[in-house]
Amino acid sequence: MTADLGHFDVAVIGAGIVGCAVARELAGFELSVAVVEARSDVGDGTSKANTALLHTGFDAKPGTVESRLVARGYELLSAYAERTGIPVERTGALLVAWTPDELAALPRLKEKAELNGYDRCVLVDDAEVYRRVPALGQGALGGLTVPDESVICTWTTNLALATETRLRGGEFLLSATVTGVHSGAHENGPATTLETTRGTVTAGWVVNAAGLGADRIDALFGFDRFTVTPRRGELFVFDKLARQLVDTIVLPVPTALGKGVLISPTIYGNVMLGPTAEDLVDRSDTATTEAGFEFLLSKGERLMPALVREEVTATYAGLRAATDHSDYVIEVDADGRYLLLGGIRSTGLTAGMAIAEYGVQLLRDAGLALTPRPELPEPPRLPNLGEASVRPYQDAERIRRDPAYGRVVCFCERVTEGEIRDAFASPLPPPTLDGLRRRTRALNGRCQGFFCAAHVAELVSTFGLDS
Amino acid sequence: MTGLDARLAPDVVIVGGGPSGLTAAAALAARGIDVLVLEREAQAGGIPRHSDHPGFGLRDLRRSLAGPEYARRLVEGASSARAEIRTEATVTGWADERSLEVTSPRGRLNVEARVVVLATGARERPRTARRIPGDRPAGVYTTGQLQSLVHLYHREVGRRAVVVGSELVSWSAVLTLREAGCRTVLMTSEFERPEAYLAFRVPGRTVLRVPVATRSRVTRIVGRERVEAVEVEDLDTRVRRTVECDTVVCTGDWVADHELVRLAGLDYDPGTTGPVVDTAQRTSRRGVFAIGNLLHPVDTADVAALDGRHASAQVVAFLNGGRWPDSGVRLVAGQPFRWVSPGMFRPGDPEPPRGRLSLWINEFHRRPTVVASQAGRVIGERTTAWPAAPGRVFRVPSDLLDHVDAAGGPVTLTIRGSR
Repeated sequence: MTADLGHFDVAVIGAGIVGCAVARELAGFELSVAVVEARSDVGDGTSKANTALLHTGFDAKPGTVESRLVARGYELLSAYAERTGIPVERTGALLVAWTPDELAALPRLKEKAELNGYDRCVLVDDAEVYRRVPALGQGALGGLTVPDESVICTWTTNLALATETRLRGGEFLLSATVTGVHSGAHENGPATTLETTRGTVTAGWVVNAAGLGADRIDALFGFDRFTVTPRRGELFVFDKLARQLVDTIVLPVPTALGKGVLISPTIYGNVMLGPTAEDLVDRSDTATTEAGFEFLLSKGERLMPALVREEVTATYAGLRAATDHSDYVIEVDADGRYLLLGGIRSTGLTAGMAIAEYGVQLLRDAGLALTPRPELPEPPRLPNLGEASVRPYQDAERIRRDPAYGRVVCFCERVTEGEIRDAFASPLPPPTLDGLRRRTRALNGRCQGFFCAAHVAELVSTFGLDS
Repeated sequence: MTGLDARLAPDVVIVGGGPSGLTAAAALAARGIDVLVLEREAQAGGIPRHSDHPGFGLRDLRRSLAGPEYARRLVEGASSARAEIRTEATVTGWADERSLEVTSPRGRLNVEARVVVLATGARERPRTARRIPGDRPAGVYTTGQLQSLVHLYHREVGRRAVVVGSELVSWSAVLTLREAGCRTVLMTSEFERPEAYLAFRVPGRTVLRVPVATRSRVTRIVGRERVEAVEVEDLDTRVRRTVECDTVVCTGDWVADHELVRLAGLDYDPGTTGPVVDTAQRTSRRGVFAIGNLLHPVDTADVAALDGRHASAQVVAFLNGGRWPDSGVRLVAGQPFRWVSPGMFRPGDPEPPRGRLSLWINEFHRRPTVVASQAGRVIGERTTAWPAAPGRVFRVPSDLLDHVDAAGGPVTLTIRGSR
């Protein structure tokens, strides 16, 4: 295809958290910005299916770029969440040791946290562990608290960053997979041409935030510096009625054998158990597996027997972009006018805004002229998907002004017709039913559509998308 | 909760406008009691609204009606008796012992009643709750979802379906699929015999020509965007095969819609997944009753409706100064039963609805002898003229319990000679 999709000062490849955070930052300057995304929606890859934790970075490898950016990202995202309405719940975390080895590792983890600039961890004994999480299975020996670990809505985070990019004039070129890269020139000087499945995009500068595909894009630019190995993580989401069992994140003690399985409240009022860790070849295989289920259930049975007796609301699998490097791979090529933001694994949700800040600084150092725009639009306020603050169905005043917020469509998640309508009227309307789920929670509940799927489908054809 | 628009204080509030709730409402309103039914859907009537086949109303209305017509009659019955039915009214939680928080387009309400009747019914476990792994494509439904898509919204489904489960409802799914132009290429059952009624099984196998794989389960779903196939395992040989299809319907495997029960902390029965009630359908909280398929997921709509009629007499007795006993003898489902409802019994209490105990069984018995024992001693037994089969409720006359000792501890129900 040869359709001309336009020329931009900067093209960002990838509309996940990192790509949208960079695009938003760049769109705050006098620059034209395009986000080129292979999938049909923003936040539809690794950014949609992770453990949704806002990390302090206490367990990062000290001295790494990742360590620095996670800590900085925590501050930036916390502040941004306040401004835009991204739901965050300050649950804190508790690492639980189940073996003498794990117990012995806790003081070292505390020291490591301090090396990472985090000094609020406290060692606690077994009695304190059970006081904090009485539903834990037998055999916990002690723990380490991380009071500032939190849960956050990864979907809203991605959507907020993307929406603000859009409000600042950035363009989204969706369903456009990059298949080729050529260097050339444009009237303003050197330019890179991106061939995509929808047409060609030319840009003065290119940022590679392609997540699982970042190494392949990097190869198109002629580099051979890292390989992404998709690491599948399967998760169980338990019924909201399980939420009373646990109100803090229960973390495993990382050992030589891996990171292990965590139990966490979700921002939507459920409880999550996972993830597994399985290296794959196929970068799109997000199927769940029998082995994964068995592993999680046996782990769950030990960690919190009462949890696995609750109903399972959802199971899913996400792919983390693991690499052969022990740190993020963030490098700028000034001559090629190209920035790589690679190897951003599960910490990318927290670090995203800091990665953007750092990336833009690298671009400036490499010669990209950055003139702040005098008047930027206000950041958007995103609809609240979190259980910790008032949702439309609970808001009598709002229902009085607009009865559509009193018409509950998805009973399990209590999503109203007003919210579904709003999603389709938003700057980045959902292109798919899954996109609607991520914007509203519709269909995500315990009945998985038994009661409301048909009604939701009807509203979807009324308000937008014809599914 | 932010603000409130109205407070309502009926004598009785019924949560759920399906067959049991509407029947209870009609019976109570006919006695001049102020009744409010809260229904979260836009139309009352419950599941029969989208079960567009005959066979509804046999036991309560003494005729055979199609589901939608049956639902209409129940709504009409309650309305003409002057029960108030509020639709699009979702109960979101408890404000107090007998006080409910409600969201509706007309505002946020508080309903405080002398009696609360829970009639929230049951739902089928979806694919996720059954823990079926694999891809997560479009085209995987429950029967409820399938039927509302086809009958209420006239949407298309696929061409080749695999139906998981062979309960009574599963055949209803097959009929709906056929109506939507989708052939059922396989039905799977974990049991040795298909569970459903003979009345359905014979035409099911011959007229509908549905092959049934017994002792089988679906172990994986394949297909990225749309279902392409399922993997089916023979439970005895562990051999797996792939069956091509574009639609999967997860049928039966019911779980009570018990959110309000659990939020209230009512005594809970992990067997039925509903609240523990006595034969008068009283829960562990004074003034809170429970009826219908919330108690026995699931029996047919007419049986649920008759629960409602039964409860109305108990509610009236309570409103007229009746007592609310707090202890009793627990009924326990022993092998091969999975659950028994009601779960609480007291000598001298009213009979249960229709004079029957409801049970769910894990294996087939052609002429079962049900044995009740207390403290290791047999206190009653009954041989039924009808079989007990997985996938449908098995009913036993409650005079089986005539010799229960009020102080003798739990009563266990089993089948003589069961493996």
